[in-house]
Amino acid sequence: MAADIAITAAKVVFVVLLVLQVMGLGVFFERKVSALIQDRIGANRASIFGVAALGLVNTFLADPVKFLVKEDVVPTGTDRLLHFVAPVLTVVPVLVTFAVIPFGDVLQVGSRTIDLQAAPLNVGILYVLAMASLGVYGVVLAGWASNNRWSLLGGIRGSAQMISYEVAMGLALIGIIVVYGTLDLQAIVRAQVWGGWLPAWGIVYQPVGFLIFLTAGVAESKRVPFDLPEAESELVAGYFTEYSGPKHLLFMMSDFVEVVLVAALVTTLFFGGWQLPWLFRDGFHLPWGAAIALPSWAVALLQVTSFALKLVFFTWFQIVVRWTLPRFRYDQLMRLGWQGLLPLSLANVVVSALVVVLTGRSA
Amino acid sequence: MNPVVFVALAALTVLSAFTVVLHRNPVHSACALVVTLFLLAVFFVGLDAPLVAVLQVIVYAGAVVVLFLFVIMLLNLQVEARSMASPLLVFAAVAGGMALVACLAVVVGRAAARPAADLPAGFGDTVSVARALFTVYLLPFELTSVLLLVAIVGSVALAKKTAGEG
Repeated sequence: MAADIAITAAKVVFVVLLVLQVMGLGVFFERKVSALIQDRIGANRASIFGVAALGLVNTFLADPVKFLVKEDVVPTGTDRLLHFVAPVLTVVPVLVTFAVIPFGDVLQVGSRTIDLQAAPLNVGILYVLAMASLGVYGVVLAGWASNNRWSLLGGIRGSAQMISYEVAMGLALIGIIVVYGTLDLQAIVRAQVWGGWLPAWGIVYQPVGFLIFLTAGVAESKRVPFDLPEAESELVAGYFTEYSGPKHLLFMMSDFVEVVLVAALVTTLFFGGWQLPWLFRDGFHLPWGAAIALPSWAVALLQVTSFALKLVFFTWFQIVVRWTLPRFRYDQLMRLGWQGLLPLSLANVVVSALVVVLTGRSA
Repeated sequence: MNPVVFVALAALTVLSAFTVVLHRNPVHSACALVVTLFLLAVFFVGLDAPLVAVLQVIVYAGAVVVLFLFVIMLLNLQVEARSMASPLLVFAAVAGGMALVACLAVVVGRAAARPAADLPAGFGDTVSVARALFTVYLLPFELTSVLLLVAIVGSVALAKKTAGEG
């Protein structure tokens, strides 16, 4: 019993540390990629003993410390309780979602088999949607509690946008559920083996579902081209205009953790999660018959590394998208959500279901 | 569920439910409603019904109350002046509440008299709930979806009419 609790605690700490590191890398990409795209040099001022490490000192040390020690201004006329709670409500639902994301298959320690997933839940996908739907409250309440017109407008825009895109997101996931026949994320990843020449990955079975999910995911994380809730040229900073210091840091953090979350979900559902080509529990089985035996810890290490690298790649990818596209107008955003993605995702569900029923098999 | 945890959660649930009714600020009431609905989901987890728990969060805590908040914010409702309803209404509400408590007491009393049985394998998971919904309860399930469709068509019709007149 005590050992089980210790193992779960270790997994939770590992997941949180992994997510926060990738988030930090995301902020680093944001500064350096934007600089590259705009033909600038980017963050290079802060250094320790003359070592700026490409701006890593800026993003990992100087900026967080600056945010933490700045004055926390609470304007007059705010709803103090909700103003305080709102930033927490934006970060927590995003962070707890990572509990159901598997980061490896199993690890054999002596006679014990450890499942490399913090919370094995058989309703995993629905849990992800539930936490995503709770994420709206931070935005709405921050906008309302700040006693500021820009904030309120941002909050209203944010809630309408997040509710609209949740629909398409959920329907895109139904395609994956139909193909793999389960809601358990670990089972979905286990089904995505790459044993022959082609992978059984979600992207192969659900290319349309992938595009819809990625679009809706970026919209849920409220970043360009869907950043209308915080559009700086119209609303100052939208729902978090009246936040400063550590609370502003929490909003920034939740933005980037959401980016990592979208990356994690895309990896898990469409790109094989922790799977590596031809890697099985006892080592590599290459398609031309050769085999390389590996111990359990080496396989687990390879899988966790593979998952982390995919995570970093899709975080980087979203940052590039963010610095490539201009912002939508609000009516374009709503039209894309309700008249573009929604019918497309419904058609995707019908076609996927028909194919699975007619061919009589799923992945 | 551990009795200590249960009592603590139950107390919190009742407290937040009271806050919904008694708080004068509509936004605070809505937030308390979210807390209440979320805590009910925790009870479902304790009762080995993870699917119902997650659906409770998605539908009620995640979607319905967001719409409440959205409307409250759009109408810019302020702190309400406390107004007393007519005495007859108060009496009817109290009587209705008492009747509900009495019914619940009878039902709960009956349930407690039975010995607790072991749960069948797969109880409360998606497969068993889905199988029940699409075999035994297929007709009520389909009728409910028709009812929801009627509600959606009705609200669209109402919205169209106002837009045309205005």
